[in-house]
Amino acid sequence: MNSFLGALAWLADPANWAGDDGIPVRLLEHIGITAVAVFIAAVIAISLGLFIGHTGRLSFLVVSTTGALRALPTLGLLVLFALWLGIGIGPVIIVLVILAIPPLLAGAYAGVESVDRATIDAARAIGMTEWQILTRVEVPLGLPIIVGGLRSAVLQVVATATIAAYLPIGGLGRYIFDFLPLRRFEPVFAGAILVTVLALVLEGVFAAIQRLAVPKGVRILRGSPAALGAGRPARVEPAADSDGADSGGADSDRPEYGGGPTSSPPASHTHSHPTQ
Amino acid sequence: MIAFEGVSKRFPDGSLAVDDFTLTIPSRSTTVLVGSSGSGKTTLLRMINRMVDPTGGRITIDGDDVAKLDPVKLRRRIGYVMQNSGLLPHRTVIDNVANVPILDGVKKSEAHAHALELLDTVGLDRSLAKRYPAQLSGGQQQRVGVARGLAVDPNILLMDEPFGAVDPLVRDELQQELLRIQRELSKTIVFVTHDIDEAFLLGDQVVILRTGGIVAQAGTPAEILANPADEFVASFVGAERGRRALHIDAEHGDRVLVDGTGRVAGVLTDGPGGMAGTAAGSAPE
Ligand SMILES: Nc1ncnc2c1ncn2[C@@H]1O[C@H](COP(=O)(O)OP(=O)(O)O)[C@@H](O)[C@H]1O
Ligand SMILES: [Mg+2]
Repeated sequence: MNSFLGALAWLADPANWAGDDGIPVRLLEHIGITAVAVFIAAVIAISLGLFIGHTGRLSFLVVSTTGALRALPTLGLLVLFALWLGIGIGPVIIVLVILAIPPLLAGAYAGVESVDRATIDAARAIGMTEWQILTRVEVPLGLPIIVGGLRSAVLQVVATATIAAYLPIGGLGRYIFDFLPLRRFEPVFAGAILVTVLALVLEGVFAAIQRLAVPKGVRILRGSPAALGAGRPARVEPAADSDGADSGGADSDRPEYGGGPTSSPPASHTHSHPTQ
Repeated sequence: MIAFEGVSKRFPDGSLAVDDFTLTIPSRSTTVLVGSSGSGKTTLLRMINRMVDPTGGRITIDGDDVAKLDPVKLRRRIGYVMQNSGLLPHRTVIDNVANVPILDGVKKSEAHAHALELLDTVGLDRSLAKRYPAQLSGGQQQRVGVARGLAVDPNILLMDEPFGAVDPLVRDELQQELLRIQRELSKTIVFVTHDIDEAFLLGDQVVILRTGGIVAQAGTPAEILANPADEFVASFVGAERGRRALHIDAEHGDRVLVDGTGRVAGVLTDGPGGMAGTAAGSAPE
């Protein structure tokens, strides 16, 4: 408890909010590393996931990558890439991209998969092109789940970006890796607290985005609160689970949408959903 | 005119859904394909707009082999109405109806104005235009589905059991609306149903199918009722059980018609317009 209070005191000290290694700089570095890694991973994994979901081809990739990529030890991988490419931001980004790909891929794939086959069939039958079906039907209707994948990816990357400091690049992890050998635990604790708070804030933001991503016409159609609650992951943060915006509406006759707007892709890390 | 010439469809899993099917569907009239579930009706219908490609034979529309036409362009000039409306759940009624014309390059304001007129055509109040499909009843959704099918002013309208999932009262209403619309617009309608009463009510030409898309009999409802080709047809139209053979039963008075099973089927009136039409057509089972 003393260390915790010490950490708070350290956080409150204006001296730690200034300079090249001040909290704002480290925070921005951390967010920057996270954003770059998630962006690169999203470009790769979401396009691939949408392609697989739309065509039904290569779907084994979703299962194999989510399994294989996750089995890789992040820190070991970082060292490996650092030895190969040299010390720098490169190995960090690569490792974080690899970490972010499985939830993004699974989210994009599961999002498209979740769309009622009859709706897609009808869209095709009235003369929409495959591209129009993807962009105007599958993506909007699958968006909550696609954003769910993004949410998982961001959370994992923001937590793991701490290891960027191991090389040592930057980010909030620097407070941990720099001060641990010196046995100065206030900044170590403070760094951990900052990472946690950042993760919680991002979680709240993405939970809100995910709710907004549910198309209006679908929100009306959504199931009862009981159905929404079923299979919910137990979460530390209350923000993620409240679906105030989705109350009401008739019982859904589309089991494909089951799981509610906060349902995560089947294979996501931080969520403990059973696969649909 | 739509012509099926020796058309077959074997699905990749090996099942032969349609075997050597030949039929001419005249323009500006309603042809109903009727048969039990699995007889190949949907497969036949979907071969017209290339949602399914035949594995044998060919289909022509006004002489053009559909296999040579671009599927998207072909589908955009053919209306398609399906059982569960198939509306896009995230788009409003008006956006659903105006969807294809807008994709085709019609200006949004124009497409919306036309969509509102189409809501009138299918008997929907314009105030529903901004609703989402989930906010409509099943019958209303089907009306929107019909409006969407008419949006590009197609010559051909394909309808796959469009009234199969609505309750009988609403179905009667929708059937009458369709007859009215057809009197006004004279489309080439290909209509699929498993309900023989619906087939006889709507069809100028009725095609009774056996499993495998085999034509058991094709003709006007009167021809089929008067001369069922075989026992299968007789049984399918209900003639076998005497359901189509009506007589006056003195027990009920001299104007009440009773069918061969003893069921009261209707009332004899002096002319059409009264209750005459209900005698053979749409008495509940
Ligand atoms: N995509 C498909 N793959 C394999 N078999 C199919 C497919 N679609 C239909 N069939 C089969 O073809 C037959 C006819 O089906 P369908 O045309 O849907 O009949 P109906 O509309 O008269 O009920 C059925 O035996 C069905 O199982
Ligand atoms: Mg069918």
